[in-house]
Amino acid sequence: MPENTDSVILDSAAAATSGPALIADVDKRDKPRSLWNDAWYDLRRKPVFYISALVILFLIVIAIWPGLIATGDPLQCQLINSLNGPSSGHWFGYDQQGCDVYTRTVYGARASVEVGIFSTVGVAVLGAVLGGLSGYFGGWLDAILSRISDIFFGIPILLGGVVFLSAVKGGSVTTVSTFIILLGWPQLARIARGAVITAKEQDYVLAAKALGAGHGRVLLRHIAPNALAPVIVWSTIALGTFISLEATLSFLGVGLKPPAVSWGIDISSASEQIRNAPHMLLWPAGALSVTVLAFILLGDAVRDALDPKLR
Amino acid sequence: MTVIDDISDVPTPDASLAPLLEVRDLHVEFHTRDGVAKAVNGVNYSVSAGETLAVLGESGSGKSVSAQAVMGILDMPPARIPKGEIFFQGRDMLKMSGEERRKIRGRKIAMIFQDALSSLNPVLSVGYQLGEMYRVHQGLSRKDAKAKAIELMDRVRIPAARERVGDYPHQFSGGMRQRIMIAMALALEPDLIIADEPTTALDVTVQAQVMELLAELQREYNMGLILITHDLGVVADVADKIAVMYAGRIVEDAPVHDIYAKPAHPYTKGLLQSIPRLDQKGQELYAIKGLPPNLTRIPSGCAFNPRCPMAQDICRTDVPPLHPVGTARGSACHFWKETLGE
Amino acid sequence: MGRYVIRRLLQMVPVFIGTTLLIFVMVYGLGDPVAAMFGDRTPDPATAAQIRHDLHLNDPLWQQYLIYMQHIFKGDFGKASNGQPVTELLGTAFPVTLRLTIMAFVIEAVVGIALGLFAGLRRGRFFDTGVLAMTLLVVSIPTFVTGFVLQYLLGVKWGVVHPSVGEGAPFKDLFIPGLVLAGVSLAYVARLTRTSVAENSRADYLRTAVAKGLPRRRVITNHMLRNSLIPVVTFLGTDIGNLMAGALVTERIFNIHGVGYQIYQGIVHNNPPTVVGFVTVLVIIFLGANLLVDLLYAVLDPRIRYA
Repeated sequence: MPENTDSVILDSAAAATSGPALIADVDKRDKPRSLWNDAWYDLRRKPVFYISALVILFLIVIAIWPGLIATGDPLQCQLINSLNGPSSGHWFGYDQQGCDVYTRTVYGARASVEVGIFSTVGVAVLGAVLGGLSGYFGGWLDAILSRISDIFFGIPILLGGVVFLSAVKGGSVTTVSTFIILLGWPQLARIARGAVITAKEQDYVLAAKALGAGHGRVLLRHIAPNALAPVIVWSTIALGTFISLEATLSFLGVGLKPPAVSWGIDISSASEQIRNAPHMLLWPAGALSVTVLAFILLGDAVRDALDPKLR
Repeated sequence: MTVIDDISDVPTPDASLAPLLEVRDLHVEFHTRDGVAKAVNGVNYSVSAGETLAVLGESGSGKSVSAQAVMGILDMPPARIPKGEIFFQGRDMLKMSGEERRKIRGRKIAMIFQDALSSLNPVLSVGYQLGEMYRVHQGLSRKDAKAKAIELMDRVRIPAARERVGDYPHQFSGGMRQRIMIAMALALEPDLIIADEPTTALDVTVQAQVMELLAELQREYNMGLILITHDLGVVADVADKIAVMYAGRIVEDAPVHDIYAKPAHPYTKGLLQSIPRLDQKGQELYAIKGLPPNLTRIPSGCAFNPRCPMAQDICRTDVPPLHPVGTARGSACHFWKETLGE
Repeated sequence: MGRYVIRRLLQMVPVFIGTTLLIFVMVYGLGDPVAAMFGDRTPDPATAAQIRHDLHLNDPLWQQYLIYMQHIFKGDFGKASNGQPVTELLGTAFPVTLRLTIMAFVIEAVVGIALGLFAGLRRGRFFDTGVLAMTLLVVSIPTFVTGFVLQYLLGVKWGVVHPSVGEGAPFKDLFIPGLVLAGVSLAYVARLTRTSVAENSRADYLRTAVAKGLPRRRVITNHMLRNSLIPVVTFLGTDIGNLMAGALVTERIFNIHGVGYQIYQGIVHNNPPTVVGFVTVLVIIFLGANLLVDLLYAVLDPRIRYA
């Protein structure tokens, strides 16, 4: 397509006196763009996208260098301060152990971000590969993988988490993430499978095959770019829910365990003290909620941008 | 901007009868992200009982939108009717209440859509969907409505109607589904039927059967019929008169034989030349150059000017009015005489 | 339809075996039940060997699984840590959780669908935006935070409701726990309904219904709603399992002695028969619910029934 389509249109609109103008149909935009360009064009106009992206960026920075905004040590606690409310220099107050709630909230970001990223990457890779292959090749591979994912679907993730993590005596970011990958992949596999099946039947894929393209080329060059959109959207939103899941598992006593610093642990201990010291709950719970919200909003914005039908 | 005025130009076959439906200076616009799309820009046409008007045009010419405006099924917003009148049996429907218009729909004016598979509800049996017409408009019981539905299916010649009344749309073939759509439109013996590309989605052999059925039923009930199509071939056999639309306007309006004999607008002429004919074998097929205009930015002057082989300076500045051509036709071309004379 | 039911039932068998095996492996294969029984103490080797023998722990895992399943089909779920048969615990705990789940399910379905329907019909308006914002908020805040906050505010601070659930878990005490349990699912149901309604309101067959001159109410209830609810029903069905699992959290907050409480006790006291027994029953319920949904799906959508 010519690079200067835009100016051609402008010329003809301004002075419709010169020759025939090639003007697109009404439902199409004047400037043809690829799905990804179009999505990016759309995203740049959304404040929600910027806000959620900024929150996530900030969160990642804090997870890597918590010292940037917190000077204290999250494990350096004085029982004398136990349950003390907000004071100058310690605006968030103290928890039961006399730890500074602010410092713990800042340091808690790391565990959440780690669990979120590890499990999402694991689920996305495993799910997209297995789901994609089973959708593309079909046949016995699809049959086996579908039955296996049915089995994993038979176990609600929270229930499975309690059973699995209490059995392995887990309590680290690694075990929690491993578990989430183990039980989370079938969901993404289903989405990827559906997307690949849809893409596989498109005429341009059939055309590529007819022209003699091999499986690898068809999958990577023609199907993957088009089946990727739902995978990305789902993963973004899932990252938020995985972080929330980690907190819930920690609350149930099977996720991360002290002395680890995590929002889940802090919310759990704060909720026991809610009658005496509600301030303890506010910060870790707020941080967790804002994080989850940011990922959901980002996922929503990306989906809206990628799915023109929903406009 | 010149508005196509003087509706006396619009021909009626029998001047003593007031037309059943008369659309006057209808405008419809859509508010979209990219601006206001002017889909219909001052359309006039009329249909009498027993008469067939074919509205011809490319997609985006405004032919379906104007029909939906008549039917009252446009989504408003985003659609808006800033101007115009739609007289049905002497009353302007645009001035009626929503409830009044609802009672006309189905009962007095019925519509047949292009894709019967998506236009029928996938989860309700065809018997239910047909019977619903009687249950809602005439208050019939479920049982009586079902009997009527079977009767209707018989009338549109669906084999084994009694056995198939409980079947679902996806269980019928394309032609049968379109017959069901026709049956649904006929249910309450309306005065006017609007058929929006009723045969486009069908196989050629089935197209003829469905068209024949429609024409036959129209004669039987003496209904007015508006046939919206982009297919000149379909029109020739059944239409009494043709209105050719381009960019939301009627560019030519004539009795059917006149148009085929001698088009008075370069666009109509282009359309006729682009029909493949057997005697042209070996020659290159004619095609109108360019694309239909973007409705948010319709070219000034005659909307067809960028694609017109005869365009002169005046075409880029002045909107041509619908010039009377003889007694019963009109052409919105500054050079209609030249077009006719060639 | 009959063939469809049989096919679905047959498909359930391998899933049931696989799922229970998976749970079994997690509890018996990954953990050490004997060591767990003794907690921090080191068990006397002879005693430990005896227990291993009694519990068939020396056999290969798949044999243990077969023996366990045989017992289950005879109605023997083993004994809890306090010596009570697990079946007895099941008998007392399940009705409680069932009531809680029903409460949550009703709230989720009724409120979720209603919110989604009205938001979908008024896309882009104030109500729609409000529903979207509310659902986002509900999904973002973890259930246990909502639970504690509601319990604290309504139960303790303002004294509107009982902060914990009374004996026998009467429905009136279960409203707040049910609401907390339903929260996240309710938000999903509302969003799903909204999207589905929005999609269907643009469908060709809906335009036909309007063109038929049907009153708006009939267009919505008879034509739009039924089509729009197909994906929602699927979600609701699969969500029954999630609700029962979510009871793990809710029952802990509101001190309800149901399934979640018993599973939790089983884990704290390292009692595999309790955990596996309860989880197995939950899985059966979950699978049963899925089957029910499939059947309902077929009733709602003839294209599936006759496929």
